[in-house]
Amino acid sequence: MKRRDFLAGTAATGTVLASGLATQASAAEPLKVGFIYLGVPGDGGWTYEHEQARLKMVKHFGNKIETKVIQNVPEGADAERSITQLCLAGCKLIFTTSFGYMDPTINVAKKFPNVKFEMCTGYKDAPNVSNYGGRFYQGRAVIGNIAGHMTKTNKIGYIATFPIPEVVRGINSAFLYARKVNPKAEMKVVWVNTWFDPPKEADAAQALIDSGVDVLMQHTDSTAAMAKAKDAGILAFGQDSDMMQYAPKPRISSIMDNWAPYYIQRAQDVMDGKWTAKDSWLGIDTGIVQVGEISSAVPAAVKADAMALHDRIKAGTEHVFTGPLNKQDGSAWLKAGETASDGALLGMNFYVEGMTGKLPS
Amino acid sequence: MIAGIDPVVLIASLMAASTPILLAALGELVAERSGVLNLGVEGMMITGAICGFIVAVHTGSPFLGFVAAAAGGAALALLFAFLTQVLLSNQVATGLAATLFGLGLSSLMGQGYSGIKPPPTANVPFGPLAHLPVLGPILFSHDWVLYFSLALVVGTWAFLKYTRAGLVLRAVGENHDAAHALGYRVRLIRTLALAHGGACAGLGGAYLSLVRVPQWTEGITAGAGWIALAIVVFASWRPGRVLLGAYIFGGVSVLQLRLQAAGIAIPVQILSMAPYLITILVLVVMSARRGRAAIGAPAALGRVFHASD
Repeated sequence: MKRRDFLAGTAATGTVLASGLATQASAAEPLKVGFIYLGVPGDGGWTYEHEQARLKMVKHFGNKIETKVIQNVPEGADAERSITQLCLAGCKLIFTTSFGYMDPTINVAKKFPNVKFEMCTGYKDAPNVSNYGGRFYQGRAVIGNIAGHMTKTNKIGYIATFPIPEVVRGINSAFLYARKVNPKAEMKVVWVNTWFDPPKEADAAQALIDSGVDVLMQHTDSTAAMAKAKDAGILAFGQDSDMMQYAPKPRISSIMDNWAPYYIQRAQDVMDGKWTAKDSWLGIDTGIVQVGEISSAVPAAVKADAMALHDRIKAGTEHVFTGPLNKQDGSAWLKAGETASDGALLGMNFYVEGMTGKLPS
Repeated sequence: MIAGIDPVVLIASLMAASTPILLAALGELVAERSGVLNLGVEGMMITGAICGFIVAVHTGSPFLGFVAAAAGGAALALLFAFLTQVLLSNQVATGLAATLFGLGLSSLMGQGYSGIKPPPTANVPFGPLAHLPVLGPILFSHDWVLYFSLALVVGTWAFLKYTRAGLVLRAVGENHDAAHALGYRVRLIRTLALAHGGACAGLGGAYLSLVRVPQWTEGITAGAGWIALAIVVFASWRPGRVLLGAYIFGGVSVLQLRLQAAGIAIPVQILSMAPYLITILVLVVMSARRGRAAIGAPAALGRVFHASD
């Protein structure tokens, strides 16, 4: 609902702008925009949402834009080749949509100073590289709250990918908010060391289910764990995209990435000659991070509590990481009332107090 | 329960986890024993995965799904056979191309099938046997494909060791010129071996999309075909060792996730590489013990055959 309203808004301003620029645009070459995808749009998760944003961008700009996509690009040497290929194909703006493309993007950016790069979830800076990401930990706080309410066994499962700050932040955030509503809640984390491997994701889900977990969260991209959750009759949350096909159970809510507003804005900036490298970390308030509809399997009181939290985060009156908070080893991290800086969050490499298990280094 | 892990549940789940690799590796073993290196296993698996999924969803019958999966995998294998046996193309390059083609074709065919649940593949009804303690969950509570894969291990072994056809197949794989001189039809035998390998890979793929995951997702095989290829080599082209290799690989993969869920303090990096490391170690140690002859790579493996040479 929110997304549609937002789009309608941007579409309207887009038309106004487009009519103003019509004479100029028809004469100019279309802006070529490149995309590097980690997986395939059919993953139903991470890449799917980038593809949706690309499609909305194409719809928004029409023939003023031309997009090129390379799918299934492994994070590593192949990425550098693929990005270079897009540069040579004449792309002036390139979105590299996974953390592991960071170094390849920086390398290629040095060779093509006139091409502008948008690096998803990265942190290294260059004059022609912007970093953008979502404050997904905000969404995870909300689903952590729901998980804390809904678990009967007090065991929440978490299928984690790689021990990078993005993932660690999500685990800590979900755990903190599950604990706030359920002091007995425990988080069981399984690391699968992959973003996308459906059989392995299914195995990890099954391992967690067999160890007594009754609410499942995931940071992996596919819906494999969802299918296992359904068979076992437990609850789960959609990741990256809505995964509505599993609602109302096992999918009771989800965290979604909606990149379209940002992509359209950045392409517009390039067209207007206003693009500059900047780091954007966009939260629930910008519409980039969305919490999916909470399903009918969740009691009204829980839903109300979760939505109240959602609204507080959105309004900026509640910061997810607010002291007093200790690290897992008991050492002090945040003083009472202190909130974590973005720098501290971006480099988060520890569990918060109360988490069991050891964080891989 | 040992350290929070129930060994009975573990063994039962490792059997299911290993079956796709086992099926694909058994098929590839026969193809390689006939002298053809088929690097298209991954592509044939995923083609089988989507063919099986589509047919099972539309007919409501998982059995027909598996039949279609075997047909789909075999069809791609026959294409591979046509290119390598008739047009004499390079086997390595053609195999890689077959994998890429299979991945692309499956994602095209799979449009509109993500998020659909396939009909469940029922367990074989063993009646009261399934309720036996320990043995029940391990031996008597699986689906028919799993039992089929075990029967295929025995069948492949007996075929290669005791039948005339198996001897001819091995002769073709060891020395195709000699086999040709004896009047055996090298290309036909290799084509049949490839079709069998493709069908097995297809079954393995369908086991992923219909039983293990069970749903269709693009790229669902995620490299299982390559693991199968590696296991054939490390198992020195013997069916029994393929079973061992597949079960060790699947077993350690499942075990490491369960160790994590149980909160055992072993570094995750070591757990993650354990399946690869342990499988290789076990199979290499077994081969090393019996000297060089035990390696047993078919002598004509990967070599192009033409009657005029």
